[in-house]
Amino acid sequence: MIDQIVQGVLLGGYYALIACGLSFMYGVMRIINLAHGSLAVLAAFLVWYITEHFAMSPFIALLIVIPIMAAAGWLLQRTVLDRSLRSGPLTPLLSTFGIAIVIDNLLFERFGADTRSLAPDIGDLSYKSWTLPGGVTVGQLGLLTLATAVVLIVGLQLFLKYAPLGRAIRATAEDRDTAELMGIDSRAVYGAAAAIALGTVAIAGAFLGMRSAFDPYAGGAQLIFAFEAVVIGGTGSLWGTLLGAIALGVAQNLGAELNPQGFLIAGHVLFFCVLAVRFFAAGGFSSGWLKALRRQPA
Amino acid sequence: MTDVRMVSVRRWSTVSVVAISGLAALIAILAFGPSFLGAYWTGRITTLFIYVILAVMWNALAGYGGLVSVGQQAFFGLGAYVVIRLSNGGVPVYSAIAIAPVIVALLALVLSPLALRLRGGEFAIGMWVFAELAHLLVNLDGLIQGETGTSLVAISAFAPEVRRANNYWFALGAMTIFLALVFVLLRSRTGASVQAIRDNEEAAASVGVRVLSTKRTIFVLAAAGCAAAGALTLSTLITFQPKTFFSVQWTAYMIFMTLVGGLGTFEGPIIGAVVFFIVESLLGASGVWYLITLGASALVFSLWVPRGIWGTLSARSGVQLMPIGYRLLFRK
Repeated sequence: MIDQIVQGVLLGGYYALIACGLSFMYGVMRIINLAHGSLAVLAAFLVWYITEHFAMSPFIALLIVIPIMAAAGWLLQRTVLDRSLRSGPLTPLLSTFGIAIVIDNLLFERFGADTRSLAPDIGDLSYKSWTLPGGVTVGQLGLLTLATAVVLIVGLQLFLKYAPLGRAIRATAEDRDTAELMGIDSRAVYGAAAAIALGTVAIAGAFLGMRSAFDPYAGGAQLIFAFEAVVIGGTGSLWGTLLGAIALGVAQNLGAELNPQGFLIAGHVLFFCVLAVRFFAAGGFSSGWLKALRRQPA
Repeated sequence: MTDVRMVSVRRWSTVSVVAISGLAALIAILAFGPSFLGAYWTGRITTLFIYVILAVMWNALAGYGGLVSVGQQAFFGLGAYVVIRLSNGGVPVYSAIAIAPVIVALLALVLSPLALRLRGGEFAIGMWVFAELAHLLVNLDGLIQGETGTSLVAISAFAPEVRRANNYWFALGAMTIFLALVFVLLRSRTGASVQAIRDNEEAAASVGVRVLSTKRTIFVLAAAGCAAAGALTLSTLITFQPKTFFSVQWTAYMIFMTLVGGLGTFEGPIIGAVVFFIVESLLGASGVWYLITLGASALVFSLWVPRGIWGTLSARSGVQLMPIGYRLLFRK
């Protein structure tokens, strides 16, 4: 039980990594990027490709992939998201879903259906662990993932709070038009925010590849995990996202104890439980819904 | 004050009377399809009917309800699953296909208070999570045998040509019913509410539109339609593999058809379904590139042709085939 919880917390570290880019982008632009998971898998393939072809450590490959993904984020903002944002609330969903399908299938076209992994390229880091008193083992990779997530989230918070660009991002997120009046170029700010978000996606993609096998169609699942972490933690706060990610990881590991299929089911059930709690906390059936039922439908 | 006698409101126009009569005549002719289409085309046109249902339902949800869902495969898969379950329980197979959408609609009604609290992108992915959960829970059913799946054995009792004709008529009937339901809904008061919500939810609520109950009607209708499409697809494929039926690709198809045809128009998704059907018939064999084309088209249409084929044509020419809106006529 204790072991399952500890492993769940470590797994939550990965979910926090994949979720913080989604949370960040949603917080700044109010866009839920449906290509988020596919972009993480794309980053994983880039890291894998560079690692294989230039025989270097995945960590060095990641240093190359982060600026590539950041540039892709800036480009994505300039070509697609900016236009989507101006066309109404539904358009970003439709355009990013289109991008997700294109990325998934282009990866399949290029790399085929084989699953890949970066685990063989990181030596004993992939399996080495420490044993705590009580027989609980803590994997080094899992701990590194969690630590990276915490550092990334602290870094993003400090950046948003103190850096001039971070302040400009917060101002634009608060009120785009007023920020423009204050001389902020909101297009440039959004471009920078998208670049940062995809930079974190690159890191998440690398850790995805190190901790498990991935294939071209793994993006949908990563998007769902990221989204669940954000919703469970409560949208709008990066610390909430970290807590949500850890709760998701713990729920999945406990679910796996109950049933071989329980891993994913428990995560989804927790997600819907959180929604239900929010629903009842907001008044639930008593306010509106039941009243609307009693009335004649319009 | 303007003299009220100077304006009159008209819903029907000559064009729309002709269009409705034409559509009714087309459906009447199509009803005799199995006797002149031959085995291959009877099967293919059945698939086209299913695509029309899917496109019309996704359009009702997104184009009129303002609800973009990436999880409509949940209802599609559940529709097929309920048919398997009912048939296994001794219900005659075509009765099961007719009942399944009703059962799934009830399930959607139960889900609606939670689902409809989600806004925008939250609703989109939230529905996807629901689809994943439905998929996993269906896998737990011993009858389905996990991803191996099972077959709709009872339908094999019909001779292939009888089955093909039955499937065709059921698909045609379901398409006609759902088109009629959307038509009636859009012409009713709810239709006006729905379009007000799509354009601006807060503003609609402020003038007294019952936002939640209106959205719920659309949500449940779309679930029933997708369930019917799933049940009908099962009747043509016979084998039920959860992975196939709960695949997000079904939603990708729906989005493609609706965007290409014209989001938020009655005629658009029907045209989109025909376009999709033709593209699939021509490119279907080339797998990956076909999907890349679909995704790229969804991207291009959402950004540069947001009204789709029909919306663009209709806006240019002022022609509206279906008498859903109101025309204000000024008398000189």
